[in-house]
Amino acid sequence: MEAVATPSFVSRRTGLLFFAFAIVFATFALAGPRAALLLMTGLGFGLTLEGLRFGFTGPWRQIVTDRDGRGLLAQLLAIGLTALVAFPLLNLHSAELNGAYAPIGIAMVVAAFIFGAAMQLVMGCGSGTLVNAGSGNLISLLALIGFIAGSFFGTLHLPWWASLGSLPVYTMQGLFGSLGGLVLSLLGLAGVAALVCWRALPGKRVPDRRLWWAAGLIALLAVLNLMIAGQSWGVVYGLGLWGAKVTQAVGVDLSSNVFWGAPAHAERLQQSILTDATSLTNLGLIAGAFIVMRWRSEPGGQVAALAPKSWAVILLAGVVLGYSARVAFGCNVGAYFSGISTGSLHGWAWFVAAFAGSIVGIRLRPALLIPAAGQGEKS
Amino acid sequence: MKNVLPSRPTVAHLTLALLALILFVDHAESRPINPYQAPAPVALGSGQAPTAAHCTAL
Repeated sequence: MEAVATPSFVSRRTGLLFFAFAIVFATFALAGPRAALLLMTGLGFGLTLEGLRFGFTGPWRQIVTDRDGRGLLAQLLAIGLTALVAFPLLNLHSAELNGAYAPIGIAMVVAAFIFGAAMQLVMGCGSGTLVNAGSGNLISLLALIGFIAGSFFGTLHLPWWASLGSLPVYTMQGLFGSLGGLVLSLLGLAGVAALVCWRALPGKRVPDRRLWWAAGLIALLAVLNLMIAGQSWGVVYGLGLWGAKVTQAVGVDLSSNVFWGAPAHAERLQQSILTDATSLTNLGLIAGAFIVMRWRSEPGGQVAALAPKSWAVILLAGVVLGYSARVAFGCNVGAYFSGISTGSLHGWAWFVAAFAGSIVGIRLRPALLIPAAGQGEKS
Repeated sequence: MKNVLPSRPTVAHLTLALLALILFVDHAESRPINPYQAPAPVALGSGQAPTAAHCTAL
């Protein structure tokens, strides 16, 4: 819909620009230039994901239910573009940059499967929940609260889950060299893209211009994140840290916990979240989505009301989403996007397991998400 | 039937309020930030080993 340039509309947009400038400046003043740059990167993610409607959960559903492969192909493109830059950067600057490397394990694979199912129930993954909450989706706000709690609970048990059995950390670079790993990763992505094209209906195999732009911008921002933070784009760690902060604030001592007692995490717990990379990009991501929603002349309609027990399902699914993401060493961002684009084999295992779980989640939706009396089927 | 749920702008403002609450709690619980110990603006080329925590951290 075409924007109507009324004085209040113009002043709202001016206010949004001021809001963006103010939070970046405040972060710079409080926590320094790297924090401000990471917040700006997060803002970029939020503006792109919400503004260009680039997501992860919807395309995974669409390829299954509608045989529409365009969104998923755009994801694969974004991952491939990121890998093209990230692999050489990690090879040349291994002392300064870290990829999203984690081991494949029994609990990791099961947790990724569960995450895939839960993300279809709350209609949002790691980044999607943040974006949707920032743009005013009530389901996602509820899921975000659960996600924060679940991510924290996951940290409490993560070492135990990991002890159930896992392989060493395998990377494509370690197995095949930097160039060989990159080529094989790109071939792997191309192979998945071929499967998607085979599954998709004619006319639903080529992303439109909006998705091409989104894929390019997401890849650019992911590379910037790697260069600025020294690590790949992630979401879940920050949310677990927020949960730990709140828990600590109500008087619970976490120093004896295996995870939060470890020096690296204990340090994070003592420091402000404005010094934590994933927290900063999470904050920026939500703010960016908020800005896009308020920038539009029409914010769009709220989700349809659900039956009371379905709201409870959403909250519980949010907790499961956070818990499983923590046990799976990341969500669609930290494990799938960043894992694959930086060469971690666990990213591929996560993708296969979460996609299988996503199919289950799609089938569970009609049974668990029941419209309130008098409401139609929820979109 | 009319949707009785709060509008998108209302929910979005509630989300920002949640973030503000988390930042307030964080401010109360954390050591003050020392700007003189802030890391280099960009990790690449800084010569510093990455110390940040990630979702893949155990």
